[in-house]
Amino acid sequence: MAELTYLQAISDGLRTEMRRDKRVFVIGEDVGVYGGAFKVTLGFQEEFGHWRVLDAPLAETAIVGACTGAAIMGMRPVAEMQFADFISCAWDHLVTVAAKQRYRAGTPVPITVRLPSGGGFSGGPFHSQNPESSFAHIPGLKCVCPATPEDAKGLLISAIEDPNPVLYFEHKHLYRRIKGEVPEERYTIPLGKARTHREGDDISLITWGAMVHTADEAAQQLDSDGVSVEIIDLRTVMPWDKAAVLESARKTSKVLVLHEDTRTGGFGAEIAATIAEEAFEDLDGPVKRIAAPDTPVPFSPPLEKAFIPQVDGVVAGLRDLAEY
Amino acid sequence: MAIAREAEPVGSFSEVREAGLDREDLLGIYRSMVMTRGIEERGHILYRQGKIPGSFYTGRGNEAASVGIATAMGSEDVGTPLHRDMGVHVVRGVEPWRIFAQYMGRADGPTRGRDGNVHMADVNLGLIAMVSHLPAMLPVAVGCALAFRIRDERRVSVGWFGEGASARGDCHEAMTLAGVRKLPVVFVCDNNQWAYSTPTHLEFATDHVADRAEAYGFEGIVVDGTDVLAVYREAKRAIEKAREGRGPTLIESVTLRMEGHAVHDDAFYVPKEMMERWAESDPLERFRTWLRVNAEMTDSEEDEISAEVKRALNEALRRAEESPLPDVSTLTEGVYASAEDLDTPHHK
Repeated sequence: MAELTYLQAISDGLRTEMRRDKRVFVIGEDVGVYGGAFKVTLGFQEEFGHWRVLDAPLAETAIVGACTGAAIMGMRPVAEMQFADFISCAWDHLVTVAAKQRYRAGTPVPITVRLPSGGGFSGGPFHSQNPESSFAHIPGLKCVCPATPEDAKGLLISAIEDPNPVLYFEHKHLYRRIKGEVPEERYTIPLGKARTHREGDDISLITWGAMVHTADEAAQQLDSDGVSVEIIDLRTVMPWDKAAVLESARKTSKVLVLHEDTRTGGFGAEIAATIAEEAFEDLDGPVKRIAAPDTPVPFSPPLEKAFIPQVDGVVAGLRDLAEY
Repeated sequence: MAIAREAEPVGSFSEVREAGLDREDLLGIYRSMVMTRGIEERGHILYRQGKIPGSFYTGRGNEAASVGIATAMGSEDVGTPLHRDMGVHVVRGVEPWRIFAQYMGRADGPTRGRDGNVHMADVNLGLIAMVSHLPAMLPVAVGCALAFRIRDERRVSVGWFGEGASARGDCHEAMTLAGVRKLPVVFVCDNNQWAYSTPTHLEFATDHVADRAEAYGFEGIVVDGTDVLAVYREAKRAIEKAREGRGPTLIESVTLRMEGHAVHDDAFYVPKEMMERWAESDPLERFRTWLRVNAEMTDSEEDEISAEVKRALNEALRRAEESPLPDVSTLTEGVYASAEDLDTPHHK
């Protein structure tokens, strides 16, 4: 085991797969000489050469579309979007071609698209978004949102190995802020299997990505109230671990769903609806959501802080539920 | 002012021999063109009989373009043909009964009833199924070429698009990436002169779509898409050039759309004189005449090809009609691939 940052764990996972499997290559803007805008692929071009670490023109559709073609020809491409926000430029390709090719033509498209996502550092409306729910809505795509360094590595390897288009949302605010023990060897973490981040008996808090850490701080504060909060880290929102969520909901009878994406139509709505449909009799209170308001991500620090769910807001939400 | 090279027509049999085709090849090309038209004519009948759900599209007038390009491809080469390119599927060896099954939404169509009309391809024949959004398959074709380049394989990818689709960003992005990396890809523009009801002068402001190639750093060629031998010759040159590592080519094949955009469209907006001119340059008739004059195709050879295609199509229709409709209980199957799905020749 080595202690790695979240960012180092992503690099480690990618490097592990590239060393093991010659079919894996990386393509994106500034991923070569520069090592990527966040330095995830720093040193990769020296190790793997110019044809496995490709600096692409500023052309997201060509980047992701070329990954699809290469994947159909037997490669295992990993595309990097410089920011998750720019995936909008390749939305058409992902949704129209990559997502539907298996169902309609029987052709698997094993591609991974890495998406540096999330806010918290004044990135503004175009460098801060969390678009996972938009893609979770598209049949044929998978969406991965790791919260810890150990998961970041194992889930990335699983994403590359998976025979489907996988969107890998890596939260930028976790890159250098979160450290943890990461096994040095290759390992995978199954897509669709949630992790119990913290066991508890009174309230289930369902979340993923950076919000796992916000949830953790809030849960600690609830401890002093004598309220025990269970945190389920979904790890992947598509497929999502419905069984684990329902089991926790049935155990605690109260559920709070938390995400950094905006509220309306966010993936929390799907989770809340599923709990209402399938565990209604087990609930002792309404399923509560905490999410960003329905606005673009604002730039100025006080506005952004008010936009992204904070520990205080989660504590208040948990207290409301505890008292219900 | 035109920038792209305008290809000469093919004249004599000796020129054709130089391009690498013998008499048997020529009769094979003719047979593929007759088969291509035959499949679509039979499809039309099926449509009128109410056996085809949705709409129905043909490539009537584009047979020389599609068959010519596909004949120039090597067996290991791959491509992304579109809805006017039935000839590519025919040349690559798709079984016609599966096309009819596809048209009718049956379980044995290549998409098992999940998609309709020409939205199909057999990846084992080196073809990738198109989507409605055009030219969405160009970046995919470029990606195939990228895989060949990374693995240092002497294979070529062919990406098709129409002159209408040349307006979209995907086209620009795909050609930019292919150009900077000198990838082994040939872009083929089927310029059938109408994007649904929109004529070329409202689609692009250059003389030719192929004029753009120079801006991407590779060669552009305009060829008469009704001349199957000229299309073949130019495609062969471009494909072999790509195979040798000398980068992409954009071939604009100026062709005809002898019917409406789809079966529901009577193409009232196409001037009558243009339709008449097109009827006179029907690519199938043009090649038939050429074969009779230059390669001494006999009545009996011609009749034999017609009869053989007719027999094959009758049999194909019979078999397709026997194919069941898809089992509704399988509706939600196959959205996601499993590891076993990667057991294809391309993933070995």
